[in-house]
Amino acid sequence: MIVDTQYARFESIALDCGATLAPVEVAYQTYGALNAARSNAILILHAFSGDAHAAGLSREEGKPGWWDNMIGPGKGFDTDKYFMICANVLGGCRGTTGPSSVNPATGAPYAMAFPVITISDMVRLQKMLIDHLGIKRLLAVTGGSMGAMQALEWAVAYPESVVSSIPIAGTARHSAQQIAFNEVGRQAIMADPDWNEGNYYGIKPPARGLAVARMVGHITFMSDESMREKFGRRLRDKDKVGFDFSVDFEVESYLRYRGSKFVDRFDANSYFFITKAMDYFDLTNGTGSLVNALRDVKSRFLVISFTSDWLYPSYQSLEVVNALRALNKDVAYCELPSNYGHDAFLVDVGEQTEVVRGFLASTFKANT
Amino acid sequence: MPLTAATRRRAFVSEILGRSDYAIIGELIEPGTRVLDLGCGEGELLQWLAENKGVEARGIEVDPRRVQRAIARGVSVYQGDIDQDLAGYPDQSFDYVILSQTLQETRRPLRVLREMLRLGRRAIVTFPNYGHWSVRLSLLWRGRAPMTRRFPHHWYDSPNIHFTTVKDFDELARAESWTVERQIFLAGHYQGRFLANLLAEVAVFLIKK
Repeated sequence: MIVDTQYARFESIALDCGATLAPVEVAYQTYGALNAARSNAILILHAFSGDAHAAGLSREEGKPGWWDNMIGPGKGFDTDKYFMICANVLGGCRGTTGPSSVNPATGAPYAMAFPVITISDMVRLQKMLIDHLGIKRLLAVTGGSMGAMQALEWAVAYPESVVSSIPIAGTARHSAQQIAFNEVGRQAIMADPDWNEGNYYGIKPPARGLAVARMVGHITFMSDESMREKFGRRLRDKDKVGFDFSVDFEVESYLRYRGSKFVDRFDANSYFFITKAMDYFDLTNGTGSLVNALRDVKSRFLVISFTSDWLYPSYQSLEVVNALRALNKDVAYCELPSNYGHDAFLVDVGEQTEVVRGFLASTFKANT
Repeated sequence: MPLTAATRRRAFVSEILGRSDYAIIGELIEPGTRVLDLGCGEGELLQWLAENKGVEARGIEVDPRRVQRAIARGVSVYQGDIDQDLAGYPDQSFDYVILSQTLQETRRPLRVLREMLRLGRRAIVTFPNYGHWSVRLSLLWRGRAPMTRRFPHHWYDSPNIHFTTVKDFDELARAESWTVERQIFLAGHYQGRFLANLLAEVAVFLIKK
């Protein structure tokens, strides 16, 4: 299935920080077909470094989408039954307006003059896209990690528009540890002289800083066990250590590779704005408690966490689930066994497929 | 309760769930109510109640694999431990709280029962009767820890840690001042009140505070 990225343009969007962004463009893809009643639409929400290409093969490179194992005919998100939409987030660098976009006021990229955005700004733009597509209610909003934050925000911000929400490996608010790792990433980029206060477009991007930031990120996405299984202490193309600081271990090679690949597809300034949006995210903002924040939600919930995920540990999912239970809301919760750490929602999808499929089927049945 | 033709009940049970205490629960529960099943397994009973009684069904189950299967069935189940996680539900938030043949596996049965009556207007408790003649005979004649149809495990690998008889449960209800609205005693596919503590394999109690 070859998929094309589509674009929607809007005059402007008002942001939480008080600024207005004008104009604003959203890159998105769709999979499957919208039914006549427009009741089978599911919004897929990507994680930090994801993009609109969630499934199928991209026309340009023929690469599979980031959740291609979950979205497709007969898969957890079954394209024979449902219509899926995935959009690149506001502040991103994969087609939606972000710091690398041209500021119409100056004719140059926004760079660090881009306004600081929030998860709810991202969701507001997604709502504009959904309205633009003529969809009043989404059968489900779902995503892992930062996608889970958006799935929660959707249920709170637009209770009438969300039939069900499936936050996976996420949280209602970033913890100190999560903010800390993001700050290390940001500091790694800032320490790279090529960053140049964000003004590197058309010159030389801060490739080393961004690569180091990504290396740290990748460690947090795995688990001690998955790293032991995948790399152990295996050496890279050698029989004994080199007594130097070239690559000795397989794990070093892997991190360097992932770091350098990331530079090819990700904008360093987007790293700042998106990680900041995650750090600012706190569903309890202005309400004092999760129970208050979730009081008016109308959707059904399926909350999923993973046993070995130490970046977004199960207790954070349970905070959400327990607030929903205290409110008598309709919530299902499971902690899936996996050794893959935070990456589990992307790579270890067997049981996730099973629960998502059943949850969606019963939700769809009850709402048609 | 006029539990009618045993043949009809047999057919009903085997056709739908294969468990006679489920059939009784199915009869006791009013349509359109809110139901919480503690230790709901793979959610078969809740799914049946949702489809046939239009109840709003919720469950708690501790075994991850069973939770996954229950959610895959479309039932909203919470992965948690009924010995620990009932506090998270508000008072009187359910019409019925069900505990079917799980009481004997809980660590703090009385606390679980009290919690059931806190968060539910009524509790339905079914349990295997430890006063059944087969249990008594096993101890009396064989001098061995009972292994019967309802208690099929060796003592060393049994999940059952708290055993109760019909009489024991009656006593407890009295001591706790619970109102027993219904008690139904099952042996195989039959129900009856005669020498219940000796003849009942499974007891079903509908109680309220």
